[in-house]
Amino acid sequence: MAKLISILALLMAFTGSVNAYAAASETHEFTDPVMQKRYQSLVKELRCPKCQNQNLADSNSQIAIDLRNEVYTMLKQGKADMEITSYMVDRYGDFVLYRPKINELTYVLWFGPAVILLIGVLIVVMVALKKSASHKELELSEEQQQKLDKILAEKD
Amino acid sequence: MGKVIRFLPLIVFIALCVVLYRGLFLKPQELPSALVGKPIPAFTLTQLKDANKQLTAEDLKGDIVLLNVWATWCPSCRYEHPYLLDIVKSSQVTLYGLNYKDERDLAVKWLDDLGDPYQFSVFDEVGRLGLDLGVYAAPETFVIDHHGIIRKRFAGPIDADVWQREFAPMIKTISQERARGE
Repeated sequence: MAKLISILALLMAFTGSVNAYAAASETHEFTDPVMQKRYQSLVKELRCPKCQNQNLADSNSQIAIDLRNEVYTMLKQGKADMEITSYMVDRYGDFVLYRPKINELTYVLWFGPAVILLIGVLIVVMVALKKSASHKELELSEEQQQKLDKILAEKD
Repeated sequence: MGKVIRFLPLIVFIALCVVLYRGLFLKPQELPSALVGKPIPAFTLTQLKDANKQLTAEDLKGDIVLLNVWATWCPSCRYEHPYLLDIVKSSQVTLYGLNYKDERDLAVKWLDDLGDPYQFSVFDEVGRLGLDLGVYAAPETFVIDHHGIIRKRFAGPIDADVWQREFAPMIKTISQERARGE
């Protein structure tokens, strides 16, 4: 148990250092804490087009820096979050969204897991029902029960 | 029915193998451009070789236009450069450059040293037009048809193979459309 706790502590220390690193590359300053929150959630939700498995907040590539600046400028101009994301989508496509839109292209992505879970549950239920059905077949008929009772009585 | 169920895990496993195997050969770097089917975004920028000459989207004229995004800081642009010189000699396309987040002096010197394949280059120092075009790295090349509509975006350096594979079919399509008067 002590070992487990120390491992967990180590992991937490690592994630802490990663966050500190990401924050270190941030140069924008906000006077309004709400705007800062919005900025942080936007750069987390938007994906860097160049380094594809990072969001804008984590990436230090030139394009990510440019896009962060763009998000910052648009926030300062008083643009809404929706306006900023659709501005990015107009230029870089749906790809920049880490949370994909729900449309015919992404139905499988959004609902696939639920469908597979449902199928799994159905299979389990079917198997279980079949098992209990086969248990019923194993029950003795009246005739067999009488026979058994007779044998047991004879034994006594 | 029972037999089918017995083989179901195997069937699912094989299907999964096929899907994952195909996944090995997908190229996630090849992003579709959000700009395909749209006109060139509006801009007002200067010409690379003449800081006093203003350019707008109207100036990128031609029957089949290539807009090549380049910069002196980009090694792949150097690799691509001789092929661009070839292409303008041998193909009916009109090639314009978009000098992207670069320094004017360095860029002009580059063209003087290596040759200038472009009709002219648009000088986009801060990357404003680049952003509007959804450019995320140089080199990138856009194919624009006779109506000024972007038909294709290719990210990465052009060479003879890439030209044949990626560009020649699109250029053929556009010239056929033109011949039909579309």
